[in-house]
Amino acid sequence: MARIISMRKAINEAIRQCMEEDPTVILLGEDVAGGEGSPGADDAWGGDMGITKGLQPQFGKDRVMDTPISESAIMGCAVGAAASGLRPIAELMFVDFMGVCFDQIMNQAAKFRYMFGGKAQTPVVIRTQIGAGYNAAAQHSQCLYPMFAHIPGIKCVIPSSAYDTKGLLIQAVRDNDPVIFFEHKVMYDEVSDDVPKEAYAIPFGEANIVRDGGDITIVAMARMVHKAKEAAEVLAREGIECQIVDPRTISPLDEDTIIECVEETGRLIVVDEAYPRCNMGTDIAALAAREAFGALKAPIQVVSPPHVPVPFAPELEEAFIPSPEKIADAVRKTVSYGA
Amino acid sequence: MSEERILAITVPKWGMAMEEGTVTGWHLEEGAKVAEGDDVLDVESTKIANVIEAKCDGVLRRQVAEVGTTLPVGALLGVIAPSDVEDAAIDAFVSGFVVEAVALEGEGGPAVETIDVDGRDIRYVVHGEGGEPIVLVHGFGGDMNAWMFTQDALSADRAVYSMDLPGHGGSAKDVGDGDLSVLTSAVIAVMAETGAAHVHLVGHSLGGAAALQVALDHPDKVASLTLIAPAGLGQEINGGYITGFVTAQRRKDMKPLAEQLFADTSIVTRQMVEDLLRNKRINGVDAALAAIAGAQFEGDRQLLDLASRADELDVPVQIIWGRDDRIIPVGHSGNLEGARVHIIDDAGHMPMMEKAGEVNDLILAFV
Repeated sequence: MARIISMRKAINEAIRQCMEEDPTVILLGEDVAGGEGSPGADDAWGGDMGITKGLQPQFGKDRVMDTPISESAIMGCAVGAAASGLRPIAELMFVDFMGVCFDQIMNQAAKFRYMFGGKAQTPVVIRTQIGAGYNAAAQHSQCLYPMFAHIPGIKCVIPSSAYDTKGLLIQAVRDNDPVIFFEHKVMYDEVSDDVPKEAYAIPFGEANIVRDGGDITIVAMARMVHKAKEAAEVLAREGIECQIVDPRTISPLDEDTIIECVEETGRLIVVDEAYPRCNMGTDIAALAAREAFGALKAPIQVVSPPHVPVPFAPELEEAFIPSPEKIADAVRKTVSYGA
Repeated sequence: MSEERILAITVPKWGMAMEEGTVTGWHLEEGAKVAEGDDVLDVESTKIANVIEAKCDGVLRRQVAEVGTTLPVGALLGVIAPSDVEDAAIDAFVSGFVVEAVALEGEGGPAVETIDVDGRDIRYVVHGEGGEPIVLVHGFGGDMNAWMFTQDALSADRAVYSMDLPGHGGSAKDVGDGDLSVLTSAVIAVMAETGAAHVHLVGHSLGGAAALQVALDHPDKVASLTLIAPAGLGQEINGGYITGFVTAQRRKDMKPLAEQLFADTSIVTRQMVEDLLRNKRINGVDAALAAIAGAQFEGDRQLLDLASRADELDVPVQIIWGRDDRIIPVGHSGNLEGARVHIIDDAGHMPMMEKAGEVNDLILAFV
């Protein structure tokens, strides 16, 4: 009964099912149809990563729109369409390009409900790629989600499995607020797991406990969940049992589950691929220090890249990304603290 | 040779998704005498823990798997043999043991079938073959996995069918107005799939009420009826559990509900709660559960009364109930005249999971 599919397929399936169940759902972005006018639109790429392949032939050009290469135009169009009754899914190809369209997100979409006395809603979903490991250099490899989590009025989703990806994306489309959906580009093919064929939605603000363990809590997001799992396997052979918590959404953040877990284990490590200043690692560490101080048996550790742009050279890029070895070292240091 | 007298204890397969199990404790020392049915060791999967019982009398000659080791389904855990079998023969058995191909889905495992019943897809799975078949009917909010400790154990000499009721598991989510007849039609259709003129029906909770209704309507098709904590035999039911289960969306809401099902709440693992939520998240499931609950229950009352029709029942019936049931009172077990009643100690609403060995023995002795 298991139905193992990739994160790439899970996203395509979620969009397809949302478009089938709700005629107000539309899709727009650069090359989302994949080269309109090219011979055989059915076989077109479907975005730079092939995620939206096959959607234009099924739903037509009115609902699946290739746009000019203008992030401002894509976001302005999507936010306006959302404010006037549609449910657009807009693609901001790489989160690194947010600089050219941030006003539409940060100061328009995020504020409409608040500025118009709760009378306006903006049910827009913005899908965007994050992450290093694709050898795409400093301008196409950043995580940047902490910058969105900083802003009230938008919801931030960072899935780590194909199952979560499908359920959270369907929830994002059904949600009446702006949602930024962060997809780690390396995980499209790297991650596959058991996904129901039916549509289903996972509620926001519900962390997933990925692994049980009593010695230490590791909070991790996106690809770092998998790095943490690798570290946990190694550590289990050394007799250290790690509990791994994936918040799944960083805004809203499931603070209760994180605090409960830290109270259980008394130790916390946060693994975050975003730059170390003001990232989710520092935010969650502060949360635990504030709310679970009495339970802590050792200082909280944050495992993050150094505060530098993502390097292009493969060796340097690899050194930049938090590795299972670095996570395991941080765990050992925390568990042996004071011993 | 003494080969046939050596019995392997292997990692069981509890439910379709189980691929490996972890040994969490041995109840017996190497060299201890065992009788059939004795607790030998504890094994857990990611979903649930259970005890493995001896399938024959003898001596526990080897503990092959140490506590803490995780092994694939079918792997050797230990060896039971009479004391006069030579050590060398035991050693040869252990070293020559070959793990049978793990029965994963779609790879020679039990067949999963889907049939159309009144326009609804109904899923079932078959363990074993031949004999007078057994059909297992789960309860409200469950699915065929409620029988993970049952289906294999009953299937040595016969086919055992476990099904997903409409609105549940892998079956269609449309349940119409939620009337019991929607459930019973599906049960009757799976009974027809067995190809046998008579089947033994085993129903749990609301599935027990469905099984009882089928036996009342079609006594000619039912060889025997085993009702485990069935609905329909009295007025009271834990309405808080029912409405809570229908509305729960999050782990912290679902966990205390799942714990109400068992006498020993430590059985409820994180994975069990996650599996319940995963099922409920699927489009249409909550609406189906709400429709069924609305048709069958009103607050703490059951709307269905089947006990008053006991005199019409022309089928041997046994009732099995956990003494600590917190969903439907164990007192209802005496309400069906003519039924043989077994009350199980240290079990809640799910005795077939919590006391699988005892329940399996009662079913096997009855069919």
